[in-house]
Amino acid sequence: MEDQAKSMMDKLGLDARLLGMIGALVVIWLVFGFFTDWRFLSPRNFFNVSVQTASVAVMATGMVFVIVTRNIDLSVGSLLGFIGMTVAALQVQWLPSMLGLGHPMIWVIAVIAAVLMGAFLGAIQGWVIGYLTVPAFIVTLGGFLVYRGAMWWVTKGQTQAPLDPVFRLLGGGAEGTLGETLSWVFGTIAALVAVGIMLLSRRRKATHGFTVKPVWAEGILMAMAAGLIIAFVWIMNSYPIPRGAMRRMTEARGIEYTDGMVWNHGIAIPVVILLAVTIVMTIIATRTRFGRYVYATGGNPEAASLSGIDTRLLTVKVFALMGALTGIASIIASARLNAVDVGLGTLDELRVIAAAVIGGTALSGGAGTIYGAVIGALIMQSLQSGMASVGVDAPLQNIVVGFVLVLAVWIDIVYRRRAGV
Amino acid sequence: MTTPLVEMKDISISFGGIKAVDHVSVDLKPGEVVGLLGHNGAGKSTLIKILSGAYAMDTGEIRINGEKATINNPRDARTYNIETIYQTLALADNLDAASNLFLGRELVSSMGFVDDDAMEAETRKIMARLNPNFKKFKDPVSALSGGQRQSVAIARAVYFNARILIMDEPTAALGPHETQMVSELIQQLKAEGIGIFLISHDIHDVMELCDRASVMKNGKLVGTVDVADVTDDDLLGMIILGKKPGES
Repeated sequence: MEDQAKSMMDKLGLDARLLGMIGALVVIWLVFGFFTDWRFLSPRNFFNVSVQTASVAVMATGMVFVIVTRNIDLSVGSLLGFIGMTVAALQVQWLPSMLGLGHPMIWVIAVIAAVLMGAFLGAIQGWVIGYLTVPAFIVTLGGFLVYRGAMWWVTKGQTQAPLDPVFRLLGGGAEGTLGETLSWVFGTIAALVAVGIMLLSRRRKATHGFTVKPVWAEGILMAMAAGLIIAFVWIMNSYPIPRGAMRRMTEARGIEYTDGMVWNHGIAIPVVILLAVTIVMTIIATRTRFGRYVYATGGNPEAASLSGIDTRLLTVKVFALMGALTGIASIIASARLNAVDVGLGTLDELRVIAAAVIGGTALSGGAGTIYGAVIGALIMQSLQSGMASVGVDAPLQNIVVGFVLVLAVWIDIVYRRRAGV
Repeated sequence: MTTPLVEMKDISISFGGIKAVDHVSVDLKPGEVVGLLGHNGAGKSTLIKILSGAYAMDTGEIRINGEKATINNPRDARTYNIETIYQTLALADNLDAASNLFLGRELVSSMGFVDDDAMEAETRKIMARLNPNFKKFKDPVSALSGGQRQSVAIARAVYFNARILIMDEPTAALGPHETQMVSELIQQLKAEGIGIFLISHDIHDVMELCDRASVMKNGKLVGTVDVADVTDDDLLGMIILGKKPGES
């Protein structure tokens, strides 16, 4: 019986680590659901958790590359704050005085500025690490202090609010979603694309004469992928927009609001951004030379450079990418709060590293997946939201997260030793 | 007389004041196997890493086919069709055989994406020739045996049509059967006109496989001899005492 189950898992080709993480996630959801009269499993809570996960998860995908190349980045929380404050000041003070308040280009400029600023500062750190060979731990520890200090100087500590109305949509909220119809369109296309990619890969393998998975296994996987996507859209489309926001939105669109009217949220824009980042980063990791060199360098730096890979330039690129993703995360975090104070991003570096590590990224380098880091971020956020909703005090939340992090890494070490990888 | 494939002339390199290679000259002709012998630390591996682009020499000159060559990094060496099998094998343990074989020279699809399936198909072809027992194409190379890992490293050097092949202790990690396979491979490559530098500790290997042998001691070249003209003891004398046969 056990053997049968094992051979079935083998044929499906799902790895044990992924299943373990999904299992942990489901257990967390069920436990908190039980203690909250199932409020934790409501569409409303899933919507909130998905939005709260987005910022950390976006950074965690970049942290995978950083850790895979045997580096670390302790500066992302401070950098997120520094970018957030600069871009907020750009929207609140500088651009309105140049272009006029409410100019339609403000949010575009702000977004581009955030990403470029992150990439530039990341590249500088990468250059110091790669070319001047100062350890990443030290360089980014310096960055951690420098960016937090620099953040204060941008506005002399003044909180910046309110942000540009279009920019604010990138952080979610009642208006910052795809809406019901578009969410279904998005979900349907995503499900079709997922199935299409699996079919194409199968056909390509067959033309090379490789053994492919049995048809039933492939069918189950396709059904699971499509089913998960559709289920997610369905949950997001089951969370009605509160009355106050409805009044505001109907008015803005020139529709008369009546009491019986129900609009649902649909997928939040930050979650759409996270999904896009996850897909792009997965393609980079598995289908580009750059991604291949990231893993090769992490596995054996000497072999990589003997193969003609410029590992110093690679370090610059990895940190620039981490910075750009921190810029995107900063947009999501500041837009969600509609304000930036000097505390934005505090401790985020630890959440990001924890998400990547819980997701199976090995600190010794060479191993880690993008989807793992995103699920890791989701596990962390589920734990924190869950504890908050059952009334655990903030200090105790930190203690629990700390223990879970160590436990997760220990389980990972035991798993690796057993699997011999 | 044919133009030598490789001439390394008067090569020197120092690390922190220690002369690892001190005015050494060696050469290699097409279809020839030249053994490089010496104790650990004699400078053989360092000399060869200059040719493969891992180290930049301080002084000296490299000529390929009689023309002056500039080799500043491993990529340069590859453009001269110089391939190297390192003693450490230089494999990324976390990647599979195909990724290692094509590392730095990945096959890409028309869209510019890495084509893993095509690389695996090519790897299967060359492995069928070099090591027909090799089956673990999906596993990271850390899961392979010493001999299997060695065959991945050899496949990488052979696949890209090397004209100059550097083998650093290619049989050190192998059992008798696999060692025999490497010997046969060397004979076959030699017959195809490829020039091979073979670094070895094992005098019997050198006597059996090489045409000439260059012996190094303490970073200096003791001498280069035709293997047919010398005995095991002559070579041992060169390695241990640093004296050429016939000298007293």
